[in-house]
Amino acid sequence: MMHYLNAFIFGGFLCAIAQLLIDFTKMTPARILVLYVTAGVVLTFLGLYNPLVERFGAGATVPLTGFGNALANGVIKGIGEKGLLGVISGGLTACAAGISAAIFFGYLFALIFSSKEK
Amino acid sequence: MKNFSEKNYQKLVSQHEKSPWLKNIFWAFTVGGLICVLGEFILTYAKNMGLPKEDAGCVTSMTLIFFSGLFTGLGIFDKLAKHAGAGTIVPITGFANAVVSPAMEFKSEGFILGVGAKMFVVAGPVIVYGVSSSIICGLIYYLVKGGMPL
Repeated sequence: MMHYLNAFIFGGFLCAIAQLLIDFTKMTPARILVLYVTAGVVLTFLGLYNPLVERFGAGATVPLTGFGNALANGVIKGIGEKGLLGVISGGLTACAAGISAAIFFGYLFALIFSSKEK
Repeated sequence: MKNFSEKNYQKLVSQHEKSPWLKNIFWAFTVGGLICVLGEFILTYAKNMGLPKEDAGCVTSMTLIFFSGLFTGLGIFDKLAKHAGAGTIVPITGFANAVVSPAMEFKSEGFILGVGAKMFVVAGPVIVYGVSSSIICGLIYYLVKGGMPL
């Protein structure tokens, strides 16, 4: 049960930081998402993010920093397997499922539903 | 539906100006945390089904993306997002919402330049900066480690 609590605390923590940024710096949600992805990439390459994933599980992988983490881990794995080519191919290979799912389901739901005007 | 559109953002900003920030943080923390608990639940389930760690992570993302897309379509996501703020934006659910929401909104502009293009209004920058930073960091990593096969 402990790992559910860990996921709650760290995931909540990352969201609370973003909320602070929205409230006090007027950053748009789009900027926050970009900031979080990039932070996830950089922290992973610095060796700081994977220990967080070990400890907090989905609390660290579900927020957008986890998307950056998956990209960075993919690149590192790609380098190990293919060298320089892996730098380019590794990231999206690791994130293919997530991105394809977002594109396909996104398209599907946009076809089915229409936005409701208030 | 217009979570990420310009007009609605202005509305979001003015809402935030009126509401106390402590309350916002509480909601962001609670909802964001609960979404991660849901993710952990799916992750644990997928692992117990015998999937390797990375595949289990993919299944978790895909499941959360599917349901946040569906809830965006049904109009439930926005009701939750109004209170939860960053709590629904920061998890992968926010990414999925950012794909579906503008795609639905701009359906009237056609299926190519409306739905097809507007899907990436927010998701595009996220992918561009995520991939680019991972390549730059990867290049540095490759050079520092050195001696690897080309």
